[in-house]
This record gives sequence, structure tokens and C-alpha cells, in this order.
Amino acid sequence: MTFFLQQVVNALQWGSFYALIALGYSMVYSVLMLFNFAHGDIFMVGAYMGFFVATGLVTLGAAGVLALPSWLILALTILMAMFLTSLVGMLVERVGYRPLRGAPRASAALTGLMIGIILQTGNLALLGARRQTFPGLIDVTSYKVAGVIVSNKALIIITLSILLTLALHQFVRRTKWGMAMRAMAYDFAVVPLMGVSINTIALLTFGLGSALAAVAGIFFGMAYPVLEPYMGLLVGWKAFVAAILGGRGSVLGAGLAGFLLGFIEIFVAAVFPSTLRDVIAYSIILVILTFRPYGFFGEPYSAQLRL
Amino acid sequence: MDTEARGATAAGPRAAARRWTAATRALFGEVPAFGWLLGALAAVLAEYFVGRPLARALGIGRIPLLFGVDVALRDPWLLPGTVAYMLLVYALPAAAVARLSVTVARGITERLLRLPVGLSVLVHLGLLYAGLHLWAGINDYRLLVTRLALIAIMVTISLNVVNGYMGEFSCSHPGFMALGAYVSSIITVLFFVHDSVLGPPLLPTAVGPFLFPLALIAGGAAAAVGSLAVALPSFRTRGDYLAIISLAFMFIVKSTIENVQLIGGSRGFMNQPDWAGLPTVFVWAVLCVAVTNNFVRSTLGKALNAVRDDETAAAHMTVNTRRTKMVAFVFAAFWAGVAGGLFAHVMRYVNPGTFGVQKLAEVLAMLYFGGLNSVIGSIVGAVGFTLFSEALRPLQIYKWIIIPVLLILVMIYRPTGLIAFREFDITRLVKPREKPGKVEHVAAAD
Repeated sequence: MTFFLQQVVNALQWGSFYALIALGYSMVYSVLMLFNFAHGDIFMVGAYMGFFVATGLVTLGAAGVLALPSWLILALTILMAMFLTSLVGMLVERVGYRPLRGAPRASAALTGLMIGIILQTGNLALLGARRQTFPGLIDVTSYKVAGVIVSNKALIIITLSILLTLALHQFVRRTKWGMAMRAMAYDFAVVPLMGVSINTIALLTFGLGSALAAVAGIFFGMAYPVLEPYMGLLVGWKAFVAAILGGRGSVLGAGLAGFLLGFIEIFVAAVFPSTLRDVIAYSIILVILTFRPYGFFGEPYSAQLRL
Repeated sequence: MDTEARGATAAGPRAAARRWTAATRALFGEVPAFGWLLGALAAVLAEYFVGRPLARALGIGRIPLLFGVDVALRDPWLLPGTVAYMLLVYALPAAAVARLSVTVARGITERLLRLPVGLSVLVHLGLLYAGLHLWAGINDYRLLVTRLALIAIMVTISLNVVNGYMGEFSCSHPGFMALGAYVSSIITVLFFVHDSVLGPPLLPTAVGPFLFPLALIAGGAAAAVGSLAVALPSFRTRGDYLAIISLAFMFIVKSTIENVQLIGGSRGFMNQPDWAGLPTVFVWAVLCVAVTNNFVRSTLGKALNAVRDDETAAAHMTVNTRRTKMVAFVFAAFWAGVAGGLFAHVMRYVNPGTFGVQKLAEVLAMLYFGGLNSVIGSIVGAVGFTLFSEALRPLQIYKWIIIPVLLILVMIYRPTGLIAFREFDITRLVKPREKPGKVEHVAAAD
């Protein structure tokens, strides 16, 4: 039982990364009907942004210029990395995707792949092949509840991820911007006639998604403090699958599917040899998609590539 | 001539360009494919005989391997020498022979036309192979690049059947390649090679090269069977969800292979016999192009387009959509598997990491760079991409910024690729050309 609960905690933490990244994928996919294959690398950019901000603040504190409490450093890191990464995301949209608005969707998907490669290579060219170590921002304390060890880090990661998912859900449900996004997911052609600017909404979608990816990146850096340019490949593609699994147009679905994927992977790794993790995880996804081809919360629609 | 053209009209450069085009057409318009092949042969012969001394005389030192781009990028000061080399060795002999042989080439082509078309095509292919053989024979690196380019053609064309002609966004091609590569490698190593894991050869090695095609076909068949995992769900869902299913398939294949320790797991599998020489790869590539070209021009192939454009309408027009999808996937997977088998025997080493997301990005790039729904586009895309990415090697890591940027530009300005939606008519290719100005042949007939 203790073992099981311990795995649940691990799965929640592992699923948090998937959930946060899947939200960004899902939003872009719902609103623009676009596979944003660069999103995994936006997550990588977010992690590095967090790394730079955090290292900068820690160095300032160590030099005695600006001594901040650790929780404030964490909060500032998250906020600034969110801001910077959303700028990168919006730049990607403006430069890479906007010129392809009328093009076949497969071309946009390929463009996304290429932007991802550019981000990876750009990182490699700027920073070299050296791996970076994410600074430990908070003092880790572990609590033992009923035999299960929970660190404060895991608590922060899990709580904030769930809160952010719910917040985004509420944003999409309640605000005017969210309504515009839902409208665009519903009908791409009519919405501009209602006086809503596609480009503005697209920028907003990319900005929000990238900000969440940045949070995921920082959390990832806190949990596994080694950053490398190709980290987006590993996590990003699975989060992408999770986003699709959640169903088009469903924020909660993407979040839930992210956590589900975390559960599948952690429990597979707990029972079987961990090298089998990917095989079993993807096989389960394949089975789910065979029986629910439109995801958990998605509705059947004419999924035609506009070629 | 340049100043005169500029003075004549407002659109000076454009008029000059038009005049240039007209002049080139007047000069070379009559040259049939046969003539160009002769020209190419002359160029590679020139390189074969005088390439080395000429390169030394021009200060490049050795023969520029990939059309001078590699040399010029490594040392920009060698650019003039490289350009001179290209002009002297490639452009000049090719153009001269092509132009001078017009009458001869026309005569030969016309005579060949009286025979069955297949024979004429074979003669052209023989010339093409001779040129390739000489060109690739200069050194091992060229030989490798040539074989990889031919394999890339096979992969891209087979991907085009699903992604271009049928309009799905399938991401499973690296998985098909992996299946073909591993199955054919296991067969050849098990039967013909003394391997530390799989034991002594079961059959005499001497018969190996003759049974090699069977191993490749077995690899293709394995990939075709694997493709059912993607083809069957495609009855129920299309587009995006099929893309995910195919992606999941690719990852499943990759990580399954990683887990089978008998064939090396993630360390890879080696010891493949060296049977995939240039002739073998060339013959398979030609076979693949020919079969695919006939397939997409057949009724069944046209059904692919019907399913892509409107599945419901196609079903009402008595197109059996399930059979069409099944055939397309199995067909594409078979050739991808054969290509994977050849790849394994060219590299003589495979590991599952080769067949991951990077491979996917590469084959998709070749396909969309060349053009959807077009066999000739796939050939251009595959060869262009392979040569380009090899030639840019001196740029090291910046290569992977330049190539994506170029592809994004292609996507922005030609979203379906450079040569999309064009039929590849071999019989017209081997015919003699009309005199320029008489009848304008429009390239796309459909």
C-alpha cells in the first residue's frame, strides 16, 4: 500500500510536466488546428530561461547585491521565465506559423518540426554541448505521511500544476479572451467576421502555452536538475500524444491525459523493467485511440487535412 | 547585350532573363534526355581522366566531392578555383556534348522508339547508371552518398504514396524502415555470416548475394505486416488521430527493438554483409520508382486521390475506400522496409536510435521539400536534400540552422513543395524533343 501511494506521488509529479506541456499543445491544436511540433523545444527554452533567471538571482544574492528569500527567488524565476518564454512562443508564431495560415496543415506541422530543430541547434550553438545544472532554489525538506515520503518540492510542483490547469480551464471558460479562443476552435472561418482578430488570438494562445511550458521547464529543472538542448524531445513528444489523447478543445482533458500518461509510465516502470516503459505506454495509447479515436473529451468531427 | 536589354524596357533585368531563356532554349531545346545523359557521361569522364590534375592546377588540391559546395565552404578562398573547376569539368563538357550530339541523339532516340518502350527506357537507365558509377567511383564517400541518396528516393516516394497521394499525415515511416532493416539484417546475418550471437552461417556464403533480394523482400514484407497496425485504425479515423497512431507505432517499434537484447538492443546490430553495392541499390531504386509510378497512375492509384479529396464521395463512386487505404499503407510500408534493409546493408550497422524522431523529420523534410503527389518531386526532394545536407557538412552545427530555415522558406512560398502534383511520364521523357517554338509542351498534362 505504501509502495502504491509512493508511486502515486511520483506519478503525480511526473505527470505534472506532461500536463503542463500538453496544455500548450492542446490549446494551439484546438484554436488553430495546428500541430505545434516546436512546443517540446519551447519547453526546453523555458527551462533554460528559468535557469538563467534563477542563476542570475542566486548569483546576485551570493554577491550580496540583492539578497532575496528563496521563495521570492522561485516566484520571480517562474514569472520572468514565463514572460520571456511566452515572448519566444509569440515570436515563433509570428515568424513561423502566421505566413502559413492558409497553407496545408501538414506544411505547418513540418515548419514546427524545423523550428524545433532551429531552437535545439541555436541552443547548442550559443551555449555549447555542456550540460547546465539547474540551481537548487529551495531547501528540500521531506515529510513522511503514513510511510509515504513527500518532499516540499514535489508538493509545490503538483499543487501548482493542478492549480494552473484549473486556472487555464477557468480562463478559457469565463473570460472574453477565452470565449474568443473557444469560438475559433468552433469555427475558424466565421470568427474573423465577428470582429475577432485571428492573429491576436493566435499570439495569445502561443503566449499562454509557452508560459505554461516554461513553468513545466522550471519544475523539470527543479526535479531533475540537468538541462540539455535535446530535453524537449524526450518529454515533448509524449506530452503531445497526451494532448491529443485529451481530445480537441478540452483543457481539462489535456491536463488529465498528461497526468494519466504520468501514471502509466510510473506504474509500468514500477512493475516491469524500466526499458519497457515506452513500449507499454505507447501500446496503451494505441489501444485507447483505437476505441476512442477522438480522445477522452473530444467530439467526433471531420478530421480532414486541408490539402 | 545586358545594357541593351536594360535600355529597351522598364523591366530590364526581366527582359534580359527572358532573352537568356530564349537563347538557351534555342540552343538546347532540341536535346533529348538521351543527349543530356551523354553530356553527363562526358562530364564524369572528364572528371575521371583530368579531374585530379586539373584540381591540383586550380589550387583546390583534390577533386571537389559534392559539386564544390563542400570545398568552398571549408575555405572560401578556394571559391574561384572551384567555380572554374565546375565550369571546366561539368558544365562545359556536358553542354558541349549535349549540344553537339543533338542529331545523333535524336536519331538514336527515334530508332529506339520503334522498339518497345521498355527497351528504350533500359538504354537510358544504362547510360544513367554508367554516369553514376563513374561519378561515385571517384571515392568511397561519394559512393556512400550516392547510395544513401538512392535509398532516400525509395523512402520518400513510398511516403509520398500515403502522405501525398492519399493525404494522410503518417509518421510511421521510420518504424517501417526499422522493421525492414532489422528483419533483413537478421536473415542475412543468421544465414550467411558467422556472428557471435546468431552463430555460424546456415547456408554457404557464396549463394548469399543471390538470396539477398529475398532477404530484402522479407524485410519489406515484415514492414508491410507491421503497417496493418496503422492501416486498420485508418478505417475508423483519419487525419490527426491517425497521425498520432502512426507516431505511437513508430515509438513502439523503436523501443521494442531497444528491448530485444538478442539483436543488440539499443547498442545496435552489426556485421551485415557488404552486398548493397551501387548496382544493387540502383536496381532496387529504379524498381521502386517504376512500380510506384505505375501504381499511382493506375485506377487504384487514382482511387488514392479520390479518398484524399473526399472519402464519402469516393465511396459513392464505388471506390472501395478500405481496400484503397490498406493497399496504400501496405505498399508504402513494403518499399520503406526494403529501403530500410538496403540502408542497414549500406551502413553495415543499425541501431534503433537511427529510426526516431530525427529520421522522421528528415523524411518528412525530403517529401515536403520535393513536392506532394509527385514521383519526380520525391526524387528531386530526396536527392536534393541528401546532397545538400552532405555538402553543408563543413558548416558543422550551423547546418541544422540553415537547412530548417530553407525548408521553412520553401513551406512559406511553396506550401506543397517544389514540384508538387505533377505526373512523371517516362515514355515522354525518352522521346526526341520537338524543335523549340513549334509545339510548347506543358509539363503537367493532367
